[in-house]
Amino acid sequence: MNADHIVEIEDLHYARGNRPIFGGLNLNIRRGEVTAIMGPSGTGKTTLLRLITGQLVPDRGSIRVDGEWLAGLRRDGLFELRRKIGMLFQNGALLTDLSVYENVAFPLREHYELPERLIRHIVLTKLHAVGLRGAAEMMPTELSGGMARRVALARAMATDPRILIYDEPFVGLDPISMGVIVRLVRRMNDALDISSIVVSHDVQEINTVADSSYLISEGKVAASGSPDELSNAPSELVRQFMHGMADGPVPFHFPAPDYTSQLIGNGEGEGEDDA
Amino acid sequence: MRELWEAFTGFLRTFGALQLFLLRLIVESPRVLMRPRLVSQQIFNAGALSLVLIMVCGFFVGAVIGLQGHSNLARFGSEDILGLFSALSLMKELGPVITALLFAGRAGTALASEIGLMRTTDQLSAMEMMAIDPVIRVATPRFLGGAISMPLLTAIFTSVGILGSWVVGVPLLGVDGGAFWSQMQAGVGMADVWEGILKSIVFGLAASLIAVWEGYNAIPTAEGVGRATTRTVVITAVVILVFDFMITALAISLG
Repeated sequence: MNADHIVEIEDLHYARGNRPIFGGLNLNIRRGEVTAIMGPSGTGKTTLLRLITGQLVPDRGSIRVDGEWLAGLRRDGLFELRRKIGMLFQNGALLTDLSVYENVAFPLREHYELPERLIRHIVLTKLHAVGLRGAAEMMPTELSGGMARRVALARAMATDPRILIYDEPFVGLDPISMGVIVRLVRRMNDALDISSIVVSHDVQEINTVADSSYLISEGKVAASGSPDELSNAPSELVRQFMHGMADGPVPFHFPAPDYTSQLIGNGEGEGEDDA
Repeated sequence: MRELWEAFTGFLRTFGALQLFLLRLIVESPRVLMRPRLVSQQIFNAGALSLVLIMVCGFFVGAVIGLQGHSNLARFGSEDILGLFSALSLMKELGPVITALLFAGRAGTALASEIGLMRTTDQLSAMEMMAIDPVIRVATPRFLGGAISMPLLTAIFTSVGILGSWVVGVPLLGVDGGAFWSQMQAGVGMADVWEGILKSIVFGLAASLIAVWEGYNAIPTAEGVGRATTRTVVITAVVILVFDFMITALAISLG
């Protein structure tokens, strides 16, 4: 165990049904840094986050978070550990029956018996940090995608976690909102002295904030290092991904029977349930 | 044959998981009851918002019993026992059963789709990540809210139903008002009342459990939530009618 690492993953195996997602993944996340986890769609990036946070249990291998070995934790211990982790879901996952203010206050009210004045103080501070103090009384349905994600960030920070995890924070945002989130990721990490894990496949954006990156493909780490190191990596796959090339080691075509014979239509290779 | 066997073991597994789920809801209930605002909010959602529906339906069911009862009893010259007839049929059968079916349609579907959508939009996962147990924060208060509302709604349904039967029987069809009430008072025993209360409690627990379970385990897609909502109504209806038969048989054999 290395004290510099806030997350250590060794020889991780995980399969969904018969489909293996990870086969011997090794990965360390350094304390105090912004670490990016990148990879083509469907490589199990979100699954990896769920494994790190103990929402899923690996088939084999070990995961340590902040020195604690996940497999050794019971439900109470896991919940205790999760208090140190703030997580931002892809769509924000705000509680739709509560206002923005109450959403941020939610973890505080659930976990601590605090006087209302203190809760108000904390909530307004967190909302101010993401620039949405003025939206405190709005309902989640009235927010744009970018705003919802910022509120979710304020909520994730409400209990002052040590680790912030972002699941695809840039997806589907306009350039301005994207810029705001990119800046927030960096600022939160440095101002609060926490560690951040950002799962994303937006290469350009992530390269501007990440201290180091992992590129995951086919269940293993395909490459790792600083953004520059990744951009200049010799591997075909890394180049394809980092420069957004349509074809390469990850083929453009999903595996299919031979095109000509399928078009000529002698029946071979056609799906059985074609109506 | 193998498919049949798999379906059977699958059913047993689901049934076992359902029982464990019920056990957790019951174990967590005292803790949730310590936060009365969580539960009262759900009693309002499941109970108060169903009130108008229950009262309107109760009135018309009672009125129909008044009509049917009068025309059939009149053949034997026994219109006077219309009050007793309506009270017993509403209290022991129609009150609990129809309230439970209406409850499944109004409150059960709302519960199942609400929880299902919370699952679909990651709200339940987000709670887990905030170290907040959604079974405690989401499922148990809704289960309790439903289970507490059902007996109250049944009582209201039955009362309004008796009123409906009176309106049709006494002022409209000319049954003697004194006989209507006195026959009821003389003929309805505590055992009849208890049978109705027992049914409403059991139906309330079953309907709430099914709705919360279906929502909680909904497949997180639009189709999955739709299916969970449909299943809530269908399964509740069947379970209620089976339980109704069993409790009635038990009550008669003990009576």
